Amino acid sequence: MIEYKNVSKKYGKNIGVEDISLRIDGGEFVFLVGPSGAGKSTFVKLLLKMVDADRGSIMYNGYDVTKLRPRTIPGHRRSMGIVFQDFSLLPKKTVFENIAFAMEIVQKPRNTIMKQVPMMLDIVGLREEAKKYPQELSIGEQQRVAIARSIINNPGVLIADEPTGNLDPDTGWEIMRLLEQINRRGTTVLMVTHSREIVNAMNKRVIAIRDGRLVRDERGGLYHPEYDDEPEQPKPEGALPL
Amino acid sequence: MSTVRAILRQAFAQMNRNKMMAAASLFSIAAILLVLGIFLIIVVNINAMARDVQDNFDQVQINLFDAVSPVESQEMMDEIGLMPGVASTEYQTREAALESWKVRWGENADLLDRMPTNPLPNSIIITLADIEYAEGVVESVNAMIGVESINYSQDTVDQLLHLARVVQIVSLIVILVLVVISITVVSNTIKLTVLAREREIVIMRYIGATNWYIRGPFLLEGIAIGIIAAVISSVAIGFIYYYAIENLGHDLAMFMPMGFVPLRFVVENLAIIFVALGVSIGACGSIISMRRFLER
Repeated sequence: MIEYKNVSKKYGKNIGVEDISLRIDGGEFVFLVGPSGAGKSTFVKLLLKMVDADRGSIMYNGYDVTKLRPRTIPGHRRSMGIVFQDFSLLPKKTVFENIAFAMEIVQKPRNTIMKQVPMMLDIVGLREEAKKYPQELSIGEQQRVAIARSIINNPGVLIADEPTGNLDPDTGWEIMRLLEQINRRGTTVLMVTHSREIVNAMNKRVIAIRDGRLVRDERGGLYHPEYDDEPEQPKPEGALPL
Repeated sequence: MSTVRAILRQAFAQMNRNKMMAAASLFSIAAILLVLGIFLIIVVNINAMARDVQDNFDQVQINLFDAVSPVESQEMMDEIGLMPGVASTEYQTREAALESWKVRWGENADLLDRMPTNPLPNSIIITLADIEYAEGVVESVNAMIGVESINYSQDTVDQLLHLARVVQIVSLIVILVLVVISITVVSNTIKLTVLAREREIVIMRYIGATNWYIRGPFLLEGIAIGIIAAVISSVAIGFIYYYAIENLGHDLAMFMPMGFVPLRFVVENLAIIFVALGVSIGACGSIISMRRFLER
Protein backbone atom coordinates (compact mmCIF):
# COMPACT_ATOMS: atom_id res chain seq x y z
CA MET A 1 0.00 0.00 0.00
CA ILE A 2 2.75 2.41 1.04
CA GLU A 3 6.37 1.72 0.19
CA TYR A 4 9.30 4.03 0.78
CA LYS A 5 12.43 3.13 -1.18
CA ASN A 6 15.71 4.86 -0.27
CA VAL A 7 13.94 8.12 0.37
CA SER A 8 16.05 11.13 1.37
CA LYS A 9 15.14 14.72 1.97
CA LYS A 10 17.38 17.54 3.12
CA TYR A 11 16.47 21.09 4.03
CA GLY A 12 19.60 22.94 3.03
CA LYS A 13 22.21 21.21 5.20
CA ASN A 14 19.70 19.83 7.67
CA ILE A 15 18.65 16.26 7.25
CA GLY A 16 14.94 15.63 7.06
CA VAL A 17 15.03 11.93 6.37
CA GLU A 18 17.96 9.87 5.13
CA ASP A 19 17.68 6.72 3.04
CA ILE A 20 14.42 5.46 4.45
CA SER A 21 13.02 2.22 3.08
CA LEU A 22 9.94 0.53 4.50
CA ARG A 23 6.60 -0.90 3.60
CA ILE A 24 3.21 -0.47 5.21
CA ASP A 25 0.43 -2.82 4.15
CA GLY A 26 -3.24 -2.01 3.83
CA GLY A 27 -5.12 -2.25 7.12
CA GLU A 28 -2.06 -1.91 9.33
CA PHE A 29 -1.88 0.27 12.41
CA VAL A 30 1.57 1.80 12.64
CA PHE A 31 3.18 4.07 15.21
CA LEU A 32 5.89 6.40 14.03
CA VAL A 33 8.10 7.42 16.96
CA GLY A 34 11.31 9.31 17.56
CA PRO A 35 12.65 12.42 19.23
CA SER A 36 11.68 15.89 18.06
CA GLY A 37 13.43 16.79 14.83
CA ALA A 38 14.07 13.15 14.01
CA GLY A 39 12.25 13.44 10.72
CA LYS A 40 8.78 12.19 11.63
CA SER A 41 7.06 15.24 10.18
CA THR A 42 9.18 15.07 7.04
CA PHE A 43 8.24 11.41 6.70
CA VAL A 44 4.55 12.34 6.79
CA LYS A 45 4.91 15.44 4.60
CA LEU A 46 6.68 13.40 1.95
CA LEU A 47 3.78 10.99 1.83
CA LEU A 48 1.37 13.91 1.45
CA LYS A 49 3.66 15.58 -1.07
CA MET A 50 3.78 18.72 1.05
CA VAL A 51 7.55 18.51 0.48
CA ASP A 52 9.45 16.92 -2.41
CA ALA A 53 11.90 14.08 -1.91
CA ASP A 54 15.49 14.61 -3.03
CA ARG A 55 15.98 10.93 -3.78
CA GLY A 56 14.06 7.68 -3.71
CA SER A 57 10.51 6.75 -4.46
CA ILE A 58 7.31 6.47 -2.45
CA MET A 59 4.81 4.08 -3.96
CA TYR A 60 1.24 4.53 -2.84
CA ASN A 61 -1.69 2.61 -4.32
CA GLY A 62 0.37 1.79 -7.37
CA TYR A 63 1.80 5.21 -8.18
CA ASP A 64 4.95 7.06 -7.21
CA VAL A 65 4.10 9.99 -4.96
CA THR A 66 7.44 11.68 -5.68
CA LYS A 67 6.52 11.89 -9.37
CA LEU A 68 3.06 13.39 -8.97
CA ARG A 69 2.29 16.40 -11.10
CA PRO A 70 0.99 19.50 -9.26
CA ARG A 71 -2.40 19.01 -10.80
CA THR A 72 -2.83 15.55 -9.34
CA ILE A 73 -1.57 16.38 -5.85
CA PRO A 74 -4.93 17.51 -4.40
CA GLY A 75 -6.55 14.26 -5.55
CA HIS A 76 -3.72 12.32 -3.93
CA ARG A 77 -4.22 14.10 -0.61
CA ARG A 78 -7.95 13.50 -0.71
CA SER A 79 -7.30 9.78 -0.74
CA MET A 80 -5.88 10.16 2.76
CA GLY A 81 -7.28 11.48 5.99
CA ILE A 82 -5.15 13.78 8.10
CA VAL A 83 -5.32 14.71 11.76
CA PHE A 84 -2.83 17.07 13.37
CA GLN A 85 -1.89 17.73 16.94
CA ASP A 86 -3.45 21.17 16.62
CA PHE A 87 -3.58 23.22 13.48
CA SER A 88 -6.45 21.28 12.22
CA LEU A 89 -9.83 22.96 12.09
CA LEU A 90 -10.82 26.04 10.15
CA PRO A 91 -11.60 28.57 12.88
CA LYS A 92 -14.25 30.49 10.99
CA LYS A 93 -16.32 27.46 10.18
CA THR A 94 -18.66 25.63 12.51
CA VAL A 95 -18.13 21.99 13.46
CA PHE A 96 -20.63 20.98 10.80
CA GLU A 97 -19.00 23.21 8.18
CA ASN A 98 -15.54 21.94 9.00
CA ILE A 99 -16.58 18.38 8.30
CA ALA A 100 -18.70 19.40 5.33
CA PHE A 101 -15.73 21.26 3.90
CA ALA A 102 -13.84 18.03 3.25
CA MET A 103 -16.86 16.84 1.28
CA GLU A 104 -17.32 20.13 -0.55
CA ILE A 105 -13.82 20.01 -1.97
CA VAL A 106 -14.47 16.58 -3.44
CA GLN A 107 -17.73 18.01 -4.81
CA LYS A 108 -20.15 15.80 -2.97
CA PRO A 109 -23.74 16.91 -3.57
CA ARG A 110 -25.34 19.06 -0.92
CA ASN A 111 -27.90 16.48 0.15
CA THR A 112 -25.23 13.82 0.61
CA ILE A 113 -23.36 16.27 2.81
CA MET A 114 -26.49 17.04 4.81
CA LYS A 115 -27.01 13.32 5.38
CA GLN A 116 -23.51 12.10 6.07
CA VAL A 117 -22.14 14.85 8.29
CA PRO A 118 -24.72 14.27 11.07
CA MET A 119 -24.03 10.53 10.85
CA MET A 120 -20.35 11.18 11.29
CA LEU A 121 -21.06 13.53 14.18
CA ASP A 122 -22.95 10.70 15.84
CA ILE A 123 -20.00 8.35 15.42
CA VAL A 124 -17.64 10.79 17.15
CA GLY A 125 -20.34 11.73 19.67
CA LEU A 126 -20.66 15.41 18.79
CA ARG A 127 -24.14 15.68 17.35
CA GLU A 128 -25.08 18.43 19.80
CA GLU A 129 -22.06 20.54 18.92
CA ALA A 130 -22.71 20.81 15.17
CA LYS A 131 -23.37 24.54 15.20
CA LYS A 132 -20.51 25.48 17.52
CA TYR A 133 -17.21 26.95 16.40
CA PRO A 134 -13.98 25.06 17.12
CA GLN A 135 -12.86 27.47 19.82
CA GLU A 136 -16.06 26.79 21.76
CA LEU A 137 -15.13 23.13 22.06
CA SER A 138 -12.69 21.36 24.36
CA ILE A 139 -9.44 20.25 22.76
CA GLY A 140 -10.56 16.65 22.86
CA GLU A 141 -13.79 17.52 21.11
CA GLN A 142 -11.88 19.52 18.52
CA GLN A 143 -9.71 16.50 17.86
CA ARG A 144 -12.78 14.34 17.38
CA VAL A 145 -14.10 16.83 14.85
CA ALA A 146 -10.76 16.66 13.05
CA ILE A 147 -10.94 12.88 12.98
CA ALA A 148 -14.52 13.01 11.74
CA ARG A 149 -13.42 15.30 8.93
CA SER A 150 -10.44 13.13 8.09
CA ILE A 151 -12.50 9.99 7.56
CA ILE A 152 -15.70 11.43 6.10
CA ASN A 153 -14.54 10.64 2.56
CA ASN A 154 -13.52 7.07 3.49
CA PRO A 155 -9.79 7.42 2.95
CA GLY A 156 -7.60 4.34 2.60
CA VAL A 157 -5.06 5.80 5.00
CA LEU A 158 -5.47 7.93 8.07
CA ILE A 159 -2.41 9.93 9.05
CA ALA A 160 -2.51 11.22 12.60
CA ASP A 161 0.32 13.55 13.62
CA GLU A 162 0.45 13.46 17.42
CA PRO A 163 -3.32 13.42 17.72
CA THR A 164 -3.15 12.99 21.51
CA GLY A 165 -0.28 15.38 22.11
CA ASN A 166 -2.39 18.14 23.62
CA LEU A 167 -4.91 15.96 25.38
CA ASP A 168 -5.35 14.80 28.93
CA PRO A 169 -4.95 11.03 29.31
CA ASP A 170 -8.64 10.11 29.38
CA THR A 171 -9.39 12.11 26.28
CA GLY A 172 -6.26 10.71 24.69
CA TRP A 173 -7.51 7.17 25.18
CA GLU A 174 -10.89 8.15 23.79
CA ILE A 175 -9.16 9.30 20.63
CA MET A 176 -7.14 6.08 20.51
CA ARG A 177 -10.30 4.01 20.76
CA LEU A 178 -11.74 6.01 17.89
CA LEU A 179 -8.61 5.44 15.80
CA GLU A 180 -8.64 1.73 16.54
CA GLN A 181 -12.27 1.56 15.54
CA ILE A 182 -11.43 3.27 12.28
CA ASN A 183 -8.52 0.87 11.75
CA ARG A 184 -10.84 -2.09 12.32
CA ARG A 185 -13.01 -0.89 9.46
CA GLY A 186 -10.00 -1.48 7.22
CA THR A 187 -8.41 1.96 7.16
CA THR A 188 -4.65 1.97 7.43
CA VAL A 189 -3.59 4.18 10.35
CA LEU A 190 -0.21 5.87 10.55
CA MET A 191 0.14 7.67 13.84
CA VAL A 192 3.04 9.87 14.90
CA THR A 193 3.35 9.93 18.66
CA HIS A 194 5.52 10.59 21.66
CA SER A 195 3.36 8.65 24.08
CA ARG A 196 5.08 5.69 25.64
CA GLU A 197 1.90 4.54 27.34
CA ILE A 198 -0.12 4.46 24.18
CA VAL A 199 2.56 2.66 22.18
CA ASN A 200 3.11 0.09 24.89
CA ALA A 201 -0.56 -0.52 25.50
CA MET A 202 -1.67 -0.81 21.90
CA ASN A 203 0.80 -3.49 20.89
CA LYS A 204 1.08 -2.42 17.26
CA ARG A 205 3.88 -2.08 14.75
CA VAL A 206 6.39 0.59 15.81
CA ILE A 207 8.65 2.42 13.40
CA ALA A 208 11.35 4.54 15.02
CA ILE A 209 13.27 7.30 13.30
CA ARG A 210 16.29 9.10 14.66
CA ASP A 211 18.35 11.76 12.88
CA GLY A 212 16.37 11.02 9.76
CA ARG A 213 17.22 7.34 9.71
CA LEU A 214 15.08 4.31 10.35
CA VAL A 215 16.44 2.78 13.58
CA ARG A 216 13.81 0.19 14.47
CA ASP A 217 10.78 -1.44 12.91
CA GLU A 218 9.02 -3.99 15.11
CA ARG A 219 5.61 -5.55 15.16
CA GLY A 220 4.07 -5.43 18.59
CA GLY A 221 6.93 -3.14 19.50
CA LEU A 222 7.45 -1.24 22.68
CA TYR A 223 8.42 2.34 23.29
CA HIS A 224 12.15 2.69 23.94
CA PRO A 225 13.58 5.49 26.05
CA GLU A 226 15.79 6.50 23.14
CA TYR A 227 12.71 7.78 21.32
CA ASP A 228 12.35 10.53 23.90
CA ASP A 229 13.82 13.99 23.59
CA GLU A 230 15.07 13.87 27.18
CA PRO A 231 16.38 10.97 29.19
CA GLU A 232 13.52 9.29 30.95
CA GLN A 233 12.31 11.08 34.05
CA PRO A 234 10.82 9.06 36.88
CA LYS A 235 7.11 9.71 36.90
CA PRO A 236 5.47 10.59 40.19
CA GLU A 237 3.44 7.81 41.73
CA GLY A 238 -0.12 7.67 40.43
CA ALA A 239 0.55 9.76 37.35
CA LEU A 240 -2.01 9.16 34.67
CA PRO A 241 -0.78 7.29 31.65
CA LEU A 242 0.18 9.47 28.65
CA MET B 1 -22.69 24.28 -8.58
CA SER B 2 -22.34 23.86 -4.87
CA THR B 3 -18.63 24.56 -5.33
CA VAL B 4 -19.38 27.86 -7.02
CA ARG B 5 -21.77 28.80 -4.26
CA ALA B 6 -19.25 27.87 -1.60
CA ILE B 7 -16.56 29.98 -3.25
CA LEU B 8 -18.90 32.97 -3.66
CA ARG B 9 -19.98 32.80 -0.04
CA GLN B 10 -16.37 32.81 1.09
CA ALA B 11 -15.44 35.73 -1.15
CA PHE B 12 -18.04 38.01 0.34
CA ALA B 13 -17.35 36.93 3.89
CA GLN B 14 -13.71 37.69 3.22
CA MET B 15 -14.30 41.20 1.88
CA ASN B 16 -16.48 41.94 4.86
CA ARG B 17 -13.71 40.86 7.22
CA ASN B 18 -11.10 43.01 5.53
CA LYS B 19 -12.99 46.21 4.98
CA MET B 20 -9.99 48.51 5.34
CA MET B 21 -7.83 46.47 3.02
CA ALA B 22 -10.57 46.13 0.46
CA ALA B 23 -11.13 49.90 0.61
CA ALA B 24 -7.42 50.59 0.10
CA SER B 25 -7.28 48.38 -3.00
CA LEU B 26 -10.52 49.80 -4.25
CA PHE B 27 -9.34 53.39 -4.10
CA SER B 28 -5.98 52.66 -5.64
CA ILE B 29 -7.63 50.96 -8.61
CA ALA B 30 -10.26 53.69 -8.90
CA ALA B 31 -7.60 56.43 -8.84
CA ILE B 32 -5.61 54.70 -11.54
CA LEU B 33 -8.66 54.19 -13.73
CA LEU B 34 -9.49 57.85 -13.31
CA VAL B 35 -6.07 59.00 -14.48
CA LEU B 36 -6.32 56.58 -17.35
CA GLY B 37 -9.75 57.93 -18.21
CA ILE B 38 -8.46 61.48 -18.35
CA PHE B 39 -5.67 60.46 -20.70
CA LEU B 40 -8.09 58.57 -22.90
CA ILE B 41 -10.44 61.56 -23.08
CA ILE B 42 -7.58 63.76 -24.24
CA VAL B 43 -6.54 61.22 -26.86
CA VAL B 44 -10.07 60.76 -28.12
CA ASN B 45 -10.62 64.50 -28.45
CA ILE B 46 -7.36 65.14 -30.25
CA ASN B 47 -8.19 62.34 -32.65
CA ALA B 48 -11.62 63.84 -33.24
CA MET B 49 -10.05 67.23 -33.79
CA ALA B 50 -7.66 65.82 -36.37
CA ARG B 51 -10.53 64.14 -38.13
CA ASP B 52 -12.55 67.36 -38.17
CA VAL B 53 -9.66 69.24 -39.66
CA GLN B 54 -9.26 66.57 -42.27
CA ASP B 55 -12.95 66.71 -43.18
CA ASN B 56 -13.42 70.46 -43.20
CA PHE B 57 -10.18 72.01 -44.29
CA ASP B 58 -10.23 70.54 -47.70
CA GLN B 59 -9.30 73.79 -49.41
CA VAL B 60 -6.11 74.74 -51.21
CA GLN B 61 -5.22 78.37 -51.66
CA ILE B 62 -3.10 79.31 -54.68
CA ASN B 63 -1.40 82.67 -54.25
CA LEU B 64 -0.70 84.39 -57.55
CA PHE B 65 2.01 86.84 -58.56
CA ASP B 66 0.73 90.39 -58.95
CA ALA B 67 1.70 90.28 -62.63
CA VAL B 68 -0.92 87.65 -63.39
CA SER B 69 -3.81 89.30 -65.17
CA PRO B 70 -7.49 88.48 -64.51
CA VAL B 71 -7.74 86.81 -67.91
CA GLU B 72 -4.71 84.68 -67.21
CA SER B 73 -6.05 83.72 -63.84
CA GLN B 74 -9.39 82.76 -65.38
CA GLU B 75 -7.49 80.47 -67.77
CA MET B 76 -5.67 78.94 -64.83
CA MET B 77 -8.96 78.36 -63.02
CA ASP B 78 -10.40 76.61 -66.05
CA GLU B 79 -7.38 74.36 -66.23
CA ILE B 80 -7.45 73.60 -62.51
CA GLY B 81 -11.16 72.87 -62.67
CA LEU B 82 -10.37 69.91 -64.96
CA MET B 83 -7.91 68.31 -62.56
CA PRO B 84 -9.07 65.15 -60.79
CA GLY B 85 -10.41 65.74 -57.29
CA VAL B 86 -11.19 69.41 -57.72
CA ALA B 87 -14.77 70.19 -56.73
CA SER B 88 -14.80 73.93 -57.41
CA THR B 89 -12.56 76.93 -57.80
CA GLU B 90 -13.07 80.50 -56.73
CA TYR B 91 -11.12 83.66 -57.37
CA GLN B 92 -10.34 85.78 -54.34
CA THR B 93 -9.04 89.32 -54.86
CA ARG B 94 -6.44 90.68 -52.48
CA GLU B 95 -9.05 93.12 -51.17
CA ALA B 96 -11.49 90.33 -50.42
CA ALA B 97 -8.68 88.42 -48.73
CA LEU B 98 -7.91 91.38 -46.48
CA GLU B 99 -11.59 91.67 -45.56
CA SER B 100 -11.76 88.04 -44.53
CA TRP B 101 -8.61 88.47 -42.44
CA LYS B 102 -10.22 91.45 -40.71
CA VAL B 103 -13.25 89.35 -39.91
CA ARG B 104 -11.08 86.59 -38.53
CA TRP B 105 -8.94 88.94 -36.44
CA GLY B 106 -12.00 90.64 -35.00
CA GLU B 107 -11.00 93.11 -32.30
CA ASN B 108 -7.45 93.25 -33.55
CA ALA B 109 -8.46 94.14 -37.10
CA ASP B 110 -7.27 97.74 -36.78
CA LEU B 111 -3.71 96.41 -36.83
CA LEU B 112 -4.35 95.47 -40.45
CA ASP B 113 -5.72 98.93 -41.19
CA ARG B 114 -2.49 100.50 -40.10
CA MET B 115 -0.49 98.71 -42.77
CA PRO B 116 0.53 101.01 -45.59
CA THR B 117 -0.27 98.57 -48.39
CA ASN B 118 -2.24 95.37 -48.61
CA PRO B 119 0.38 92.61 -48.30
CA LEU B 120 -1.97 89.89 -49.46
CA PRO B 121 -1.89 88.48 -52.98
CA ASN B 122 -4.75 87.64 -55.29
CA SER B 123 -5.53 83.97 -55.05
CA ILE B 124 -7.49 81.06 -56.37
CA ILE B 125 -9.24 78.97 -53.74
CA ILE B 126 -9.73 75.34 -54.74
CA THR B 127 -12.22 73.20 -52.88
CA LEU B 128 -11.27 69.57 -53.10
CA ALA B 129 -13.66 66.66 -53.35
CA ASP B 130 -11.47 65.02 -50.71
CA ILE B 131 -8.29 66.00 -48.93
CA GLU B 132 -6.61 62.92 -50.39
CA TYR B 133 -6.37 64.76 -53.71
CA ALA B 134 -4.45 67.64 -52.14
CA GLU B 135 -0.97 66.31 -52.94
CA GLY B 136 -1.71 65.69 -56.61
CA VAL B 137 -3.45 69.00 -57.15
CA VAL B 138 -0.72 70.93 -55.38
CA GLU B 139 1.91 69.24 -57.49
CA SER B 140 0.15 70.03 -60.77
CA VAL B 141 -0.60 73.60 -59.77
CA ASN B 142 2.97 74.14 -58.65
CA ALA B 143 4.12 73.54 -62.22
CA MET B 144 1.93 76.35 -63.57
CA ILE B 145 3.37 79.76 -64.41
CA GLY B 146 2.23 82.65 -62.25
CA VAL B 147 1.91 80.68 -58.98
CA GLU B 148 3.71 82.41 -56.15
CA SER B 149 2.91 80.00 -53.32
CA ILE B 150 0.37 77.44 -52.17
CA ASN B 151 -1.29 77.12 -48.74
CA TYR B 152 -3.19 74.07 -47.72
CA SER B 153 -4.10 72.45 -44.44
CA GLN B 154 -2.27 69.16 -44.93
CA ASP B 155 0.49 70.42 -42.63
CA THR B 156 -1.98 71.23 -39.90
CA VAL B 157 -3.61 67.84 -40.26
CA ASP B 158 -0.24 66.14 -40.19
CA GLN B 159 0.77 68.07 -37.10
CA LEU B 160 -2.44 67.22 -35.33
CA LEU B 161 -2.20 63.56 -36.23
CA HIS B 162 1.39 63.59 -35.05
CA LEU B 163 0.35 65.22 -31.79
CA ALA B 164 -2.39 62.65 -31.38
CA ARG B 165 0.11 59.87 -31.87
CA VAL B 166 2.54 61.34 -29.34
CA VAL B 167 -0.22 61.73 -26.80
CA GLN B 168 -1.33 58.17 -27.47
CA ILE B 169 2.15 56.76 -26.92
CA VAL B 170 2.78 58.82 -23.81
CA SER B 171 -0.54 57.86 -22.33
CA LEU B 172 0.00 54.23 -23.19
CA ILE B 173 3.28 54.28 -21.27
CA VAL B 174 1.74 56.14 -18.34
CA ILE B 175 -1.17 53.73 -18.30
CA LEU B 176 1.10 50.68 -18.35
CA VAL B 177 3.12 52.05 -15.46
CA LEU B 178 -0.06 52.79 -13.55
CA VAL B 179 -1.44 49.32 -14.19
CA VAL B 180 1.75 47.72 -12.88
CA ILE B 181 1.63 49.93 -9.80
CA SER B 182 -1.96 49.12 -9.11
CA ILE B 183 -1.41 45.39 -9.52
CA THR B 184 1.38 45.69 -6.97
CA VAL B 185 -0.83 47.62 -4.57
CA VAL B 186 -3.68 45.16 -4.91
CA SER B 187 -1.48 42.11 -4.63
CA ASN B 188 0.16 43.47 -1.49
CA THR B 189 -3.20 44.26 -0.01
CA ILE B 190 -4.53 40.82 -0.74
CA LYS B 191 -1.28 39.29 0.48
CA LEU B 192 -2.06 40.69 3.91
CA THR B 193 -5.38 38.89 3.79
CA VAL B 194 -3.68 35.76 2.58
CA LEU B 195 -1.05 35.94 5.32
CA ALA B 196 -3.75 36.31 7.94
CA ARG B 197 -5.28 33.14 6.58
CA GLU B 198 -2.10 31.21 5.82
CA ARG B 199 -2.99 28.56 8.37
CA GLU B 200 -6.33 27.96 6.80
CA ILE B 201 -4.74 27.73 3.38
CA VAL B 202 -2.26 25.15 4.61
CA ILE B 203 -5.08 23.14 6.18
CA MET B 204 -7.02 23.31 2.93
CA ARG B 205 -3.98 22.05 1.05
CA TYR B 206 -3.53 19.17 3.48
CA ILE B 207 -7.13 18.17 3.01
CA GLY B 208 -6.66 18.19 -0.74
CA ALA B 209 -8.34 21.39 -1.91
CA THR B 210 -7.23 22.33 -5.41
CA ASN B 211 -5.35 25.54 -6.07
CA TRP B 212 -8.38 27.03 -7.78
CA TYR B 213 -10.61 26.12 -4.88
CA ILE B 214 -8.29 27.89 -2.46
CA ARG B 215 -7.68 30.76 -4.82
CA GLY B 216 -11.33 31.18 -5.76
CA PRO B 217 -12.49 33.39 -2.89
CA PHE B 218 -9.38 35.58 -3.09
CA LEU B 219 -9.74 35.87 -6.84
CA LEU B 220 -13.38 36.84 -6.55
CA GLU B 221 -12.49 39.35 -3.89
CA GLY B 222 -10.01 40.95 -6.30
CA ILE B 223 -12.49 40.92 -9.15
CA ALA B 224 -15.29 42.39 -7.03
CA ILE B 225 -12.97 45.17 -5.88
CA GLY B 226 -12.05 45.81 -9.51
CA ILE B 227 -15.68 46.06 -10.59
CA ILE B 228 -16.64 48.41 -7.77
CA ALA B 229 -13.61 50.59 -8.53
CA ALA B 230 -14.64 50.67 -12.20
CA VAL B 231 -18.15 51.81 -11.33
CA ILE B 232 -16.86 54.55 -9.03
CA SER B 233 -14.35 55.85 -11.54
CA SER B 234 -16.87 55.72 -14.40
CA VAL B 235 -19.22 57.97 -12.46
CA ALA B 236 -16.35 60.24 -11.45
CA ILE B 237 -15.00 60.54 -14.99
CA GLY B 238 -18.49 61.41 -16.19
CA PHE B 239 -18.66 64.33 -13.77
CA ILE B 240 -15.12 65.45 -14.56
CA TYR B 241 -15.74 65.45 -18.30
CA TYR B 242 -19.09 67.17 -17.89
CA TYR B 243 -17.54 70.02 -15.88
CA ALA B 244 -14.53 70.21 -18.18
CA ILE B 245 -16.80 70.80 -21.16
CA GLU B 246 -18.88 73.31 -19.22
CA ASN B 247 -15.96 75.32 -17.95
CA LEU B 248 -13.20 74.91 -20.52
CA GLY B 249 -15.50 74.58 -23.49
CA HIS B 250 -15.41 78.28 -24.40
CA ASP B 251 -11.67 78.58 -24.21
CA LEU B 252 -11.10 75.51 -26.29
CA ALA B 253 -13.93 76.11 -28.76
CA MET B 254 -11.68 77.77 -31.34
CA PHE B 255 -9.55 74.61 -31.55
CA MET B 256 -12.56 72.38 -31.62
CA PRO B 257 -14.70 73.48 -34.57
CA MET B 258 -16.89 70.42 -34.21
CA GLY B 259 -17.04 70.50 -30.42
CA PHE B 260 -16.09 67.82 -27.90
CA VAL B 261 -16.64 64.13 -28.28
CA PRO B 262 -20.08 63.59 -26.72
CA LEU B 263 -20.19 62.87 -22.98
CA ARG B 264 -22.37 59.80 -23.29
CA PHE B 265 -20.20 58.16 -25.92
CA VAL B 266 -17.09 58.76 -23.81
CA VAL B 267 -18.57 57.56 -20.53
CA GLU B 268 -20.15 54.46 -22.04
CA ASN B 269 -16.93 53.37 -23.67
CA LEU B 270 -14.76 54.25 -20.71
CA ALA B 271 -17.06 52.26 -18.42
CA ILE B 272 -16.46 49.16 -20.53
CA ILE B 273 -12.71 49.73 -20.52
CA PHE B 274 -12.72 50.42 -16.78
CA VAL B 275 -14.59 47.23 -15.93
CA ALA B 276 -12.31 45.14 -18.12
CA LEU B 277 -9.22 46.72 -16.65
CA GLY B 278 -10.47 46.78 -13.06
CA VAL B 279 -11.31 43.09 -13.22
CA SER B 280 -7.91 42.25 -14.73
CA ILE B 281 -6.02 44.29 -12.16
CA GLY B 282 -7.99 42.75 -9.29
CA ALA B 283 -7.59 39.23 -10.63
CA CYS B 284 -3.86 39.58 -11.39
CA GLY B 285 -3.29 41.14 -7.99
CA SER B 286 -4.86 38.26 -6.15
CA ILE B 287 -3.23 35.55 -8.24
CA ILE B 288 0.20 37.10 -7.72
CA SER B 289 -0.33 37.48 -4.00
CA MET B 290 -1.20 33.80 -3.62
CA ARG B 291 1.48 32.25 -5.76
CA ARG B 292 3.82 31.36 -2.98
CA PHE B 293 1.19 29.67 -0.86
CA LEU B 294 0.05 27.20 -3.45
CA GLU B 295 1.31 24.16 -5.30
CA ARG B 296 3.97 25.01 -7.83
